[in-house]
Amino acid sequence: MAVERLVVVDRTAFLRRPDHRTVRVIALVGLVLLWEAITRTGRVSALFLPAPSGVLVEGWDMLRSGQLLVHLGTSLARLAWGFGIGAAAGIAVGVAVGFFSLAEAVVQPIIAATFPIPKIALLPLLILWLGIGEASKIAVVALGVFFPMAINTYAGVRQADPLLIRAAVSFGAGPWSVIRKVVVPSALPMVFAGLRLGAGIALLLLVAAEQIAADAGIGFLILQSGNLMETTRLMVGIVVLSMLGVLSYWALGALERAVIRWRH
Amino acid sequence: MRLVVERVSKTFADRRGRDVVALSQVDFTVESREFVALLGPSGCGKSTLLNIIGGLLPLTSGQVYFEGEPRPGRPVTATVFQEFALFPWRTVRANVEFGLEEVGVSGLDRIERTRRYLDMAGLAGFERRYPHQLSGGMRQRVGIARALAVEPAVLLLDEPFSALDAQTRTLMMDELLGIWERTRQSILYVTHNIQEAVFMADRVVVLSRRPGEVLDVVPIKLDRPRHSGQQSSAPFVQAADRIWGLIKSQAEAALLESEGLAESGA
Repeated sequence: MAVERLVVVDRTAFLRRPDHRTVRVIALVGLVLLWEAITRTGRVSALFLPAPSGVLVEGWDMLRSGQLLVHLGTSLARLAWGFGIGAAAGIAVGVAVGFFSLAEAVVQPIIAATFPIPKIALLPLLILWLGIGEASKIAVVALGVFFPMAINTYAGVRQADPLLIRAAVSFGAGPWSVIRKVVVPSALPMVFAGLRLGAGIALLLLVAAEQIAADAGIGFLILQSGNLMETTRLMVGIVVLSMLGVLSYWALGALERAVIRWRH
Repeated sequence: MRLVVERVSKTFADRRGRDVVALSQVDFTVESREFVALLGPSGCGKSTLLNIIGGLLPLTSGQVYFEGEPRPGRPVTATVFQEFALFPWRTVRANVEFGLEEVGVSGLDRIERTRRYLDMAGLAGFERRYPHQLSGGMRQRVGIARALAVEPAVLLLDEPFSALDAQTRTLMMDELLGIWERTRQSILYVTHNIQEAVFMADRVVVLSRRPGEVLDVVPIKLDRPRHSGQQSSAPFVQAADRIWGLIKSQAEAALLESEGLAESGA
């Protein structure tokens, strides 16, 4: 009888998910290089697809002439105000609705009824109310940020561990102490998830509002360049938007790690 | 101050809306500087009773009161929870400070008292850790220090060591007894473990299963300070046997009952 040896092998090898760091870089750089190569063949008109190098040069020129900074500054100011107001209001309402049953009874049906409205549809109404200036654009961004913030904060507050609330009460904490020292810290991870959601929505609404009624801002720059068939300038606007999105995601992540120190 | 529990009954509605009597006419006291264990099989409503005493649950009839000279800035109770209930976003030090913040102890006094009780609970050097960085035993030390720091009239412990492994539990019991020897802090200690109750307490209040009634109050005549050698002594074994005799049939009934019913009484 032949003796066989069955060596045990790790059967989970295919489940492993390594990082592939170099592949990540190559993928992005490769896409840009491919794009550059296609434009260099001369088969695609620069009117439809300008070269990345051209976009870079155009961006640098616009930066030096100062016009890019004007558009960017205008957009950032609108974003900051709209995001700030919407986030603050959303957090305040979310905490109140999550903690006080009366606030929940009053606010929840109103939010349920108004949440599904695409916020950009309200821009004409907001322009009627607040004028065509900055206020209406800030308001539409703030409205867009408000809802995910309020809903996420509410969910975070509801998830607060009842045992911790009871422990706080057992040590003499009243309602404000419980909110400040238990409910708000419990809700913070959900609040940050809401902030990230809100940042994306803010950018979307800002550009839409600027393309409907504005004379400055990245959204305006893109629309105007499109109308004048200045595709390279248009691309500069789009690249700036992409950078804004990546930057805000990164900044919120850094802020979250700084604020929620107790998790890792 | 002494704690008096007087004819306390608690009735609540179960999921089908029927009235369930969790506690019936419960009477006992915890004298000043006394260590009392509250013992009963699962589903006897001992945690319910502790919550009532801690002011975390309304009672149906009877009353709970404290007798004696109240000391300002000293709460009547503080609780050590079975599941620790530490605030994960607070460091060890800040967790211990929590109760002091709420009773209004501030400044140097707070720093000094926090340090004293951190030392007493064996937490020196761990002040800046967060709860998730600690073992179960260390977490419960924080829970004990947090409750001791407010210097309550009666310290309530709700099965404080039952989430710990057996070795850690033995060590923690010795440590709690050591702290009690030094402070003579009045203690009401809830447990389902007879050895634990007899080893630590001056008196053991034995509760029956639902409805929870006081079956007997068993005095433990063992010398202090207690040491593990006493666990094989005659008075220890006699007290443990007497308590087991009181609750054996009830524990057997609890074994046969479904989880859901037992849970609704907890």
